[in-house]
Amino acid sequence: MFEFRRSAVALIAAAGVAGLFGMPAAEAQTIKAVMHSDVKILDPIWTTAYIQRNFGYMVWDTLFAMDEKFQVKPQMVDKWEVSPDKLTWTFTLRDGLVWSNGQPVTSEDCIASIKRWAAKDSMGQKMMASISGFEAVSPTTFSIKFKEPYGLVLESLGKPSSNVPFMMPKKTADTDPNTQIKVEDVIGSGPFIFKADEWKPGEKLVFLKNTKYKPRAEPASGLAGGKVAKVDRVEWIAMPDVQTQIGALQNGEIDMIEAPGIDLLPILAKDKNIKLFDANPLGNQYAFRFNTLFKPFDNPKIRHAVMVAFGQEDFLKATIGDPKYYKVCKAPFVCGTPLGSDEGMADVLNQNAAKAKELLKEAGYDGTPVVLMQSTDLAVLTNLAPVAKAQMEAAGFKVEMQSMDWQTLVGRRAKKDPPDKGGWSAFLTSWVSADIINPVMAGFFNASCDKAMFGWPCDAEIEKLRDAFSKETDPVKQKEIAMALQKRWVEAPTHINVGQWYQPVALRTNIDGMLVAPVPVFWNMTKK
Amino acid sequence: MIDFIARRLVSIVPVLAVVAIFVFLMLRLTPGDPAAVIAGDNATSDQIADIRAKLGLDLPIWQQFAIWAGDMLRGNFGESFFFKKTVAELIAQRIEPTLSLAICTLILAVVVAVPLGVIAAYRHGSWVDRLVMGFSVLGFSVPVFVIGYCLIYVFAIDLGWLPVQGYTRIGVDFGSFLEHMVLPSVSLAVVYIALIARITRASVLEVLNEDYIRTARAKGLSNRVVLMRHALRNAAVPILTVIGIGIALLIGGAVVTESVYGLPGLGRLTIEAVLSRDFPTIQAVILLFSVVYVLINLLIDIAYTLFDPRIRY
Repeated sequence: MFEFRRSAVALIAAAGVAGLFGMPAAEAQTIKAVMHSDVKILDPIWTTAYIQRNFGYMVWDTLFAMDEKFQVKPQMVDKWEVSPDKLTWTFTLRDGLVWSNGQPVTSEDCIASIKRWAAKDSMGQKMMASISGFEAVSPTTFSIKFKEPYGLVLESLGKPSSNVPFMMPKKTADTDPNTQIKVEDVIGSGPFIFKADEWKPGEKLVFLKNTKYKPRAEPASGLAGGKVAKVDRVEWIAMPDVQTQIGALQNGEIDMIEAPGIDLLPILAKDKNIKLFDANPLGNQYAFRFNTLFKPFDNPKIRHAVMVAFGQEDFLKATIGDPKYYKVCKAPFVCGTPLGSDEGMADVLNQNAAKAKELLKEAGYDGTPVVLMQSTDLAVLTNLAPVAKAQMEAAGFKVEMQSMDWQTLVGRRAKKDPPDKGGWSAFLTSWVSADIINPVMAGFFNASCDKAMFGWPCDAEIEKLRDAFSKETDPVKQKEIAMALQKRWVEAPTHINVGQWYQPVALRTNIDGMLVAPVPVFWNMTKK
Repeated sequence: MIDFIARRLVSIVPVLAVVAIFVFLMLRLTPGDPAAVIAGDNATSDQIADIRAKLGLDLPIWQQFAIWAGDMLRGNFGESFFFKKTVAELIAQRIEPTLSLAICTLILAVVVAVPLGVIAAYRHGSWVDRLVMGFSVLGFSVPVFVIGYCLIYVFAIDLGWLPVQGYTRIGVDFGSFLEHMVLPSVSLAVVYIALIARITRASVLEVLNEDYIRTARAKGLSNRVVLMRHALRNAAVPILTVIGIGIALLIGGAVVTESVYGLPGLGRLTIEAVLSRDFPTIQAVILLFSVVYVLINLLIDIAYTLFDPRIRY
């Protein structure tokens, strides 16, 4: 009797504490995950950082989405039609879509969201240049009118990675694109709801299942299909130390690590309670970026010589090591995608130092040092620059490698100063492959001079081909254009791809249903 | 005494002014651009410039300083560049884990180190003394993060007695709070114990050779009374001094310990702010640390008078 009373009192007290502090009633339905970074910003349009994109997919939904076969499928859209002259696209939203505050999703919301996204995103900007106007035909139907036929309408609206065209309420979407939205404006129509009152930056971020969400009937596939939230709660735990992450996963304190350290994967592979899951078979692509404003890389022939001097395997061995997690792949639009091809690349990326030397001589290289920035605090990038230096020096380049932390590099790469006055000549980075599967989406192919990303390449022919690609509606012709562009890019590279690599997700074995997608998403996941 | 405290409190003002100017200039002169960090990898130069303008980073440095200093004087620490929160809110959210860690570490260190130092002094030259001094050298030599990883491996992963990481707020579950505090406090206390034990040993050893100790023994007082009432009390001033100086060590150690154990404290906030170049947050946290350091040392100075009646201000 005493035991019973004591237990009952404890139960009542525990329930009271749970109620007071908003603790979840059913712990088993909570997935605790450590993501690749802590969430500091809640606006996935204001910044292109991947963690904000991942946050966006939890809270907001998209009009279209890419499935695991790279096909764009309708998501919030029920049906759409294109006028015979291909100038008017009309979209009708699915019935019953509501924001988490209970208000219905309207055409006006979508139009405002597309405008805000297009003000920031390079693919959106390209599409907006061809748009003459929007019209809200009814509360759930809207149309986009184009000045000329545009070939990437669905690809743009279903863009899988940063910046993703997430649909937001008009009030939120009317925020200046260069101003971050307010915490209280994080209201979505996605499968989860952001729990603002439990957000403790540097500690955890909490999502609850959105009970008002109406998933599509189709099975989930990639980022498309039915987004069925099968757990009540998802917590993103901030844990910067990779060693601690591994310990916490082994101890069962967390259920998932999005990006476990590559060198620690063998420890995880041996643990019977943990599984490694390749959620993103397209992986990531390493890229060497030129600053084309200054010598020596203002000369396309010298940039081409670097492409001849480089071989991908050394980069991948030095950074990833285990061939299970990397792939030598010359295709700039990523191996395994519709445009992934190494056409026109037989003579490059073979680490041919002798040929590169000849090309350098022909190009009139005068020994101007290459200021190569090396990031030293991100394990997956640190060893790339020394390999680039060695391969370039073998070809006759003079290379000055300068080491710094990634954020210093990020600040410096935005500067247009000459390399010997605090500027730079080149650096290496990595892209999520989903960001670069066509020449309009892939930011490093943008060669529109001042409007291009840092490095500022200026190549009228590449731009002409990117324009043609965006306006072409026939996929076969699109591929032809992409290959012509690839050929031109080999002659005058804006960057060089130096290999593909894969980042498995580490999960406790009681977690199932993680989808194969370029972005880690939590719908469809279950916890036993 | 009141005059002394008032003078010391007033002296905080120039200290803070120097720290503020120094931190502000250091941050502006250090490479790195918060606008570029915020804009992300796909940003164009125009987008970065827009964000820079929104943050006021395109203004001349003197103007930025004047705005910030003016806000500070009005008690406004500003808003974080990244979190849509004020710096004061961020600090308020993060102060509890750091304070808890510091207090637990300090208690643990004093409780362990002072007796160890006294015993080592009393058993001067014996194996006990050598053991304590050996531990002291080890404590100084092994980095906090190595101690942390070893403790995690043994007590969390292998034995499963304690959690690997995380923090439970004291008001939510006191038992869980203690569980989460044990390993971080022990990790951070090791170096502190080493420091205090060494100084305690040296101070007590010096006092034990004084005439009044010989007199006390000649009076027939027990060893315990001689040690506790006469020796330790007179050795207290250097020990208190090292505890005060050690606060800086504690602040530095907290940064590492909080990262290893995933504690969402001010140390982690500092690292995150530095890595992302969140200027308002870095400036406020460093100023806060300076105030804490100055105030703790003021308290130590006041505490001297309790142990040594000869000291008067």
